[in-house]
Amino acid sequence: MIPELGMFALILGLLLAMAQAFFGLVGAWREDPAWMSVARPAVAGQFVFVATGFACLVHSFVVNDFSVLYVANNSNTELPLFYRVAAVWGAHEGSLLLWVTILAIWSLAVAAFSRGLPPRFASRVLGVLGLVSTGFLLFTLWTSNPFKRLIPAAADGASLNPILQDFALSIHPPMLYTGYVGFSVAFAFAVAAMLEGRLDQAWAKWTRPWTICAWIFQTIGITLGSWWAYYELGWGGWWFWDPVENASFMPWLIGTALIHSLSVTEKRGIFKSWTLLLAIFAFSLSLIGTFLVRSGVLVSVHSFATDPKRGLFILAGLLVTIGGSLGLYAWRAPKLYVPGGFELFSREFFILVNNVLLVSVAGLVLWGTLAPLFYELLGIGKISVGPPVFNLMFLVPMLPMMVFLAIGMHSAWRRGKLSVAAKPIWWLLAAGLVIALAVQRWIYGSVHLVSMVGLAFGIWIMFSSLLEPLQRWRKGQRMTAAVAGMAIAHFGVGMFAIGVSTVNTYKIEKDAAMKPGAVFSIAGYDFKFVSAHDVAGPNYEAVQALVTVTHDGKLVATLKPQKRHFAVQQTDNSHAAIAVNAGRDLFVAMGDPLGDGAWSMRIQYKPLVRYVWLGALVMAIGGAVAASDKRYRVKAPVTTAEAIAPPPKPDPAPGVA
Amino acid sequence: MSRGVGAELARRAAAVIAGVFLIVASSQGLDDHGQLENPALQARYEHITQQLRCLVCQNETIADSDAELAAELRDEVRQMLIAGKSDAAIYRFMRARYGEFVLYDPPLDARTIFIWGAPFALLLIGGIVIYRVLRVRSRMPLDDEQEAGPK
Amino acid sequence: MWKWKFVLPIVAFLALIVLFAFGLNPKRDLHYLPSPLIGKPAPQFALSDVLDPNRIVSNGALKGHVYVFNVWATWCGACREEHETLLAISRQNVVPILGLDWNDQRDRAQQWLQQLGNPYQGVGFDDKGRVAINWGVYGAPETYLIDRQGRILYKHIAPMTMNVWNKQFLPRIAAARRGGA
Repeated sequence: MIPELGMFALILGLLLAMAQAFFGLVGAWREDPAWMSVARPAVAGQFVFVATGFACLVHSFVVNDFSVLYVANNSNTELPLFYRVAAVWGAHEGSLLLWVTILAIWSLAVAAFSRGLPPRFASRVLGVLGLVSTGFLLFTLWTSNPFKRLIPAAADGASLNPILQDFALSIHPPMLYTGYVGFSVAFAFAVAAMLEGRLDQAWAKWTRPWTICAWIFQTIGITLGSWWAYYELGWGGWWFWDPVENASFMPWLIGTALIHSLSVTEKRGIFKSWTLLLAIFAFSLSLIGTFLVRSGVLVSVHSFATDPKRGLFILAGLLVTIGGSLGLYAWRAPKLYVPGGFELFSREFFILVNNVLLVSVAGLVLWGTLAPLFYELLGIGKISVGPPVFNLMFLVPMLPMMVFLAIGMHSAWRRGKLSVAAKPIWWLLAAGLVIALAVQRWIYGSVHLVSMVGLAFGIWIMFSSLLEPLQRWRKGQRMTAAVAGMAIAHFGVGMFAIGVSTVNTYKIEKDAAMKPGAVFSIAGYDFKFVSAHDVAGPNYEAVQALVTVTHDGKLVATLKPQKRHFAVQQTDNSHAAIAVNAGRDLFVAMGDPLGDGAWSMRIQYKPLVRYVWLGALVMAIGGAVAASDKRYRVKAPVTTAEAIAPPPKPDPAPGVA
Repeated sequence: MSRGVGAELARRAAAVIAGVFLIVASSQGLDDHGQLENPALQARYEHITQQLRCLVCQNETIADSDAELAAELRDEVRQMLIAGKSDAAIYRFMRARYGEFVLYDPPLDARTIFIWGAPFALLLIGGIVIYRVLRVRSRMPLDDEQEAGPK
Repeated sequence: MWKWKFVLPIVAFLALIVLFAFGLNPKRDLHYLPSPLIGKPAPQFALSDVLDPNRIVSNGALKGHVYVFNVWATWCGACREEHETLLAISRQNVVPILGLDWNDQRDRAQQWLQQLGNPYQGVGFDDKGRVAINWGVYGAPETYLIDRQGRILYKHIAPMTMNVWNKQFLPRIAAARRGGA
């Protein structure tokens, strides 16, 4: 009964989404206040019904209703309650429902916080969101119904893939989807602006906090996924350039560019058509990512079960959404050009460089991901594009990017003059180089040019981002959230750079065959395999090894990696044990038993690997601080007339991005 | 279905057919041979196996895959290294049998230039775009009257 | 004011759609790898026979003959699926079929052949996978066609069916016989 209720709720949600789209868009077109006023309640209703549908699926999982096919495929009575809930989004159908639910939540938020916007514009935004919801609800109900019954019901379920039974991975999809879907808000703002035929600085001010919020969630989502891959897959790698990772990385890159470009549009009213294009791209790449992951056109480590019908449906959706918005763009964007000058090395110039480089990386990642498909289409053979290529694609634009970032933080609007705080900038570069050289030479024992430069730039960026806050603190000036947010986020970029350059160069990854009592040494750490014994988990049996790690004869860590056997799925899963400190990770994972008490062990030394994720989290925190800036809470002009020509306001904080 | 030596392959195939959410990397392809005696050879071994794509798996290197074929290919690499073959010879050996698909690090040639050259091409295009935008914008008025004063 | 650069995004996007549509083509096999060995001499092998460990199975003995080389294993579900077809083909007596039992266990393979019937002239027992690597095998079942000069003419990567046999193999066999005569 409950699953049918859920299904029914989704159908009602679909109808309301259609009403939301129709009355929002057509009402705005007819300028009919009565019609437009339907959009908001429709959003609320759509949210209630979609959330009810989602709750019904959660309920089916919680009560182990194996008469629902999706539950039978992805859950099991032995699965702990937490993972039964997480299993809701463990496969295609449920994760799609999660996507739709998150979209409903964003729509609700937009409906709630858009009362200060001109009514016609708000109505269009909600209408566009309604269209997107309609598409995804149709997709869910038509091709991927999670409530499909299994008759007769299964006695027990097939359970969730063991490697998905993990805390970080359980919250990774909701975070990531909140990011992906959040870009639909910027997209809706962009399409609404194009329908209005005008776009002003106030538009950028309304759009920017929504974009930053989506970007924060996506940053956290990607970080969680990377962290999970590191400790759970048992390889000790944190990024594989797999299509599914690239699918999340591309919108993130565009989103990052968008946040910066929006600040120029907000401040100067220029770069309008470019900002619009980025807003369309960010969401388009989210949709394209969905297509790549769920259609089975590419070979990926993590792929959903594929079905040609689903692929075709998404392709049609892409054509309507992206094709439609880009068509509108080709029509309306040429009229948006606003003259407005700036000099070389002005804030606008640096953000232009930032945008060009970020979009280049996104384009390159897209090309690298699709090149095998393209070569196959041309019939010139099947090739593989692997990490060596992607690393080059990332590095070539990113090295100059870091230089422009370190300097650009101190640029002024319009004029190519750096702020007073930037005085020591070249000394800091020198300091970064010396520190990087010394660290590589004395701590890690060898100097590698490219990674040394990366490390030096990372240190330089961290120093540089501290300059402005320090200056303000010394002079007793006010610290705005925007300045603090920018400094924090850029500090995070530096941390990330330090982590990546160091771990990729000095990591040590060894596989060893070890018997109890055996010692294996890497990077001055002696890993001793003491013993192995059986332990039992909630839904698995495991062999747990005891590995002690000593450094110069002193015990630094006791590690207990496990090799788990999940009886329901008949699969083994290696659970790594990791000792963490500020300077490095020590990683041990168990492979297969080799007989005679011996085990194959993967032993790794990962210097500064934590800074990769910490850096990303610091970026996210910076984003949150920046989004909390007062100017975004100022009530927006209410009438359209005001919105078109906002009164020029003196800028409270010059030099703020 | 018997769970024989290649049961892993069968399990994957079955999983694909059954249409289950599939993450293949359930455990890693660890070596059970121990280290090569010569550390230089071991380093080359580790590098080469990271550059070769496992053919039966979804998207993994032969170093990371736990598939039977990956283990055999690792062993093949090991034997060839011990026999004194060069890295290039090993890549040639693999390419002759499985095609370019097996190489994660495709060699630079007339076809792959569009992949290897892309970052540089884009950097160049980006530079031109920046130059052109800047040329136009730097001639426009800065319209900064309102902030010209105290700042 | 119409400018070409504003049309560029949608043009690029439509190109992308074409690429995606190609990717979705139901005839496209995502995991199919064209073999670089087509037209090249078939790798030589000499392995012990699955059924009779003392007998040596070698493709050298078939030099001058057109023959079929089929890679299978007992752990491979699709191999079970194509077995009937292979038996039917062997009854046609057009060309000899040489088998390769890949990464398998001998007792299981023997049981398989005894219970299901044996379409092969001989089955090499390749439990280490060495011969399979030389042939570029990556997923059983795979079926190769070799001409009189010992060159690989064709490779089929999927269960053999009568349709494939009639459409892909028989014409090539006929052509190879005419050409090599």
